[in-house]
Amino acid sequence: MLLALGGVAAIICAIVLLLLLGGYDVPSALIALWTGSVGTWYAFTSATLVRAIPLMLTGCAVAVAFRAGVFNIGAEGQLLAGGTGAAAIALAFPSAGPVALAIALIAGAAAGAGWAGIAALLRERFGVLEVISTIMLNFVALYAVSFLVRGPLQEPTHAYPQSSSIAETVRLARLPGAGRLHVGILIALAITLGVGWWLRHTAAGFRLQVVGESPTAAASAGLIDVRRTSALAFVASGALAGLAGAIEVLGVTYALYEDLSPGYGYTAIAVALLAGLDPWRVVLTSLLFAALEAGAGAMQRDANVPSTLVAVIEALLIVTVVATQAIRRRRSVGARTDDLELEVTT
Amino acid sequence: MSTSPPALALEGISKRFGAVQALRDVSLRVEPGTIHALLGENGAGKTTLMHVAFGLVSSNTGSVYVDSARVEIRSPADAIAIGLGMVHQHFSLVPAMTVAENLALGGHGVLRTREMVDTVRHIADLTGFALDPSARVENLSIGAQQRVEIAKALARQARILILDEPTAVLAPSEAEDLLRWIRRFADAGHAVVLITHKLSEALAVADHVTVLRHGRVVYDDAAARSSVHGLTAAMLGTDALASTEYVRAGGTAGAAVFVAKGVTIRDERGTLRLRDASFVVHEREILGVAGVEGAGQHELLRALAGRAKVDAGVIERPPRVGFVPEDRHRDAVLLDRSLTDNVALRDAARRRGRMPWAAIRAKTQNLMSEFDVRAPSRNVPLRSLSGGNQQKLVVAREMGTGDRAAPARGAHPVAALVVENPTRGLDVRATADVHARLRMARDQGAAIVLYSSDLDEVLALASRMIVLHGGELREMPLDRHAVGRAMLGA
Repeated sequence: MLLALGGVAAIICAIVLLLLLGGYDVPSALIALWTGSVGTWYAFTSATLVRAIPLMLTGCAVAVAFRAGVFNIGAEGQLLAGGTGAAAIALAFPSAGPVALAIALIAGAAAGAGWAGIAALLRERFGVLEVISTIMLNFVALYAVSFLVRGPLQEPTHAYPQSSSIAETVRLARLPGAGRLHVGILIALAITLGVGWWLRHTAAGFRLQVVGESPTAAASAGLIDVRRTSALAFVASGALAGLAGAIEVLGVTYALYEDLSPGYGYTAIAVALLAGLDPWRVVLTSLLFAALEAGAGAMQRDANVPSTLVAVIEALLIVTVVATQAIRRRRSVGARTDDLELEVTT
Repeated sequence: MSTSPPALALEGISKRFGAVQALRDVSLRVEPGTIHALLGENGAGKTTLMHVAFGLVSSNTGSVYVDSARVEIRSPADAIAIGLGMVHQHFSLVPAMTVAENLALGGHGVLRTREMVDTVRHIADLTGFALDPSARVENLSIGAQQRVEIAKALARQARILILDEPTAVLAPSEAEDLLRWIRRFADAGHAVVLITHKLSEALAVADHVTVLRHGRVVYDDAAARSSVHGLTAAMLGTDALASTEYVRAGGTAGAAVFVAKGVTIRDERGTLRLRDASFVVHEREILGVAGVEGAGQHELLRALAGRAKVDAGVIERPPRVGFVPEDRHRDAVLLDRSLTDNVALRDAARRRGRMPWAAIRAKTQNLMSEFDVRAPSRNVPLRSLSGGNQQKLVVAREMGTGDRAAPARGAHPVAALVVENPTRGLDVRATADVHARLRMARDQGAAIVLYSSDLDEVLALASRMIVLHGGELREMPLDRHAVGRAMLGA
């Protein structure tokens, strides 16, 4: 506990120090950071919570994959694939209302799963490291969307690189009295909490963790199909990220365009790691990062502080958390010199 | 009788690893132009002694002399610098690199392809080996890889070559070729130390033989004056151990639990390990398995436990077979998880639906008290327990008949257990604990298959004994000499 407080104190000091070094007005910067994120109801709902939705789902996606030992860095591309899938369905069936909405969400998840599936197949068949393939696929997705919104899916006047707006009936409804916050928050919460429960309380969830923690122990425990488990986790991770993209299109942007995601898929990695790869804690860390990013915008507007300062803060957060975890672990174990790793093959 | 100084002399070498005295005042003299065979059972100290010579392990006492000059060997680099080369049992090659690149490892200065290739060609000419500088090691046969390993030592101008069980992985014709080459190498004036457990090989090719047992030299003489009988006696010991009364339980064996019929097993490389083996293991019985390293025991045990498939034949076994693998950290546990999570591993593969954590926690608590696993609580990471307690938990987990997992209707649950080197790395007390548990399980009706590279351990616990050698399985009486001879194929 003392260690955690020490970490928080260190971060606050670091922020103030950076602001001072940059010659910025520290009080107004900090006030802007606060009011822009959680200081007002509007900021909280429409800046923070809205950003928290995709972060929560992609954070959950990354957590699931990493837990299974799959280093899915492709949440960004999977999110874009999901947004594309959802947009395509929503634009094709505007009159079908809530049914189309539901199908669009599922299509988004499926598209994300399929996008991850490409990398999963490459990993299975050819031993391609997923760290590399997923990052590459992120770029492919980005340029594919870029192409689509300038070509097949472009809005009728051909003036802007984006799709037509999706019809009112196929949009995720806003929550009354909560600014721009939409029903997606309920979907995201339900799914993330559900995934967390699944990991902790089901045999399949436990197997996934075992496979990620020690594939050799999994194989020795008998009958755990390591390859199948990690492939399924990979695809499920893609589905979650795809759903995030679908919700963004159906609840926030109402159209498909290139800048659909300001790097949610990458921030998700930080969100997941900070949460210790636990979906229930992802709910909290996604809120934290969402607040920081919302506040960054306000800091830039009101105090002229470049929003990249927040990126520095996020990085410091991760380093601090990882460091405190490492210190804690080393303390609890100590040096076990009496446990001989006897590889005495004489 | 040569009057030149020994090429390599080890005097008074002792080495202790924690509680284990691996070497006790061992002296060895290797003359130039000779092949010196170093014999002994598993665990006798052969490899450890050579690791001391090669600088991989430091000795507690004793000194090393090369050409009668005393040397300090603190690392393999020192050893290589004075002309020692070692060909290890488990190759030290980089599979993804070429032959030339592997030979260049450990060099200094700028990497020049032309020079590397020339070195390979030079060694190839010198030795008569066929070495392709641009071939990738992972694509070579085992015999070829071993030749690369030898070439590595020669590339560093080794005059004293140590070979650790070189023919263990070779086909008979390859082994003959290798031994012929070793003879030529020695005849050219170099010295060779050949670590082996194969008596016939040693007598066929060596000039001098030394036998280690329990870390001591028990025989040292010219090969011409040695016989298979004499060497066997030295390796196995003719002391009181042979006539020890091993403690047997009362009670006779019951129904068959494991039935193997015509089982043939190949390892991952496709090498035949066991051919057409048949045997039965009953309730209230511990079947001891004996064999030198590489005799197929690991593959057989895994097949019995249902963790690996057989290539031919059938193994009938109960649906739940406990398995205690020899590499605990790699295969049996999740070090950073709690004791509870580790206990949950037991049935993780076959469970459906929810994890009954409350029941698993209770089970963990029971197992901890029943098997005397010392830990602050069941929530601490397993890593923080001593090796002995970790192993006790693994054994407890695999032996426990479960958390109300429904037994077959009408029948009582029979524990079936396969155990591999269960007391590796454990101190005397933990070892005694584990042995007591195995005997108790047996008395309660379990069928247990036990392999240990410590023959005495197997003999102390087994009700019956099978020996693996050269792909064949034979049932042997519980007699140390008979088993020891069978393990060596004598």
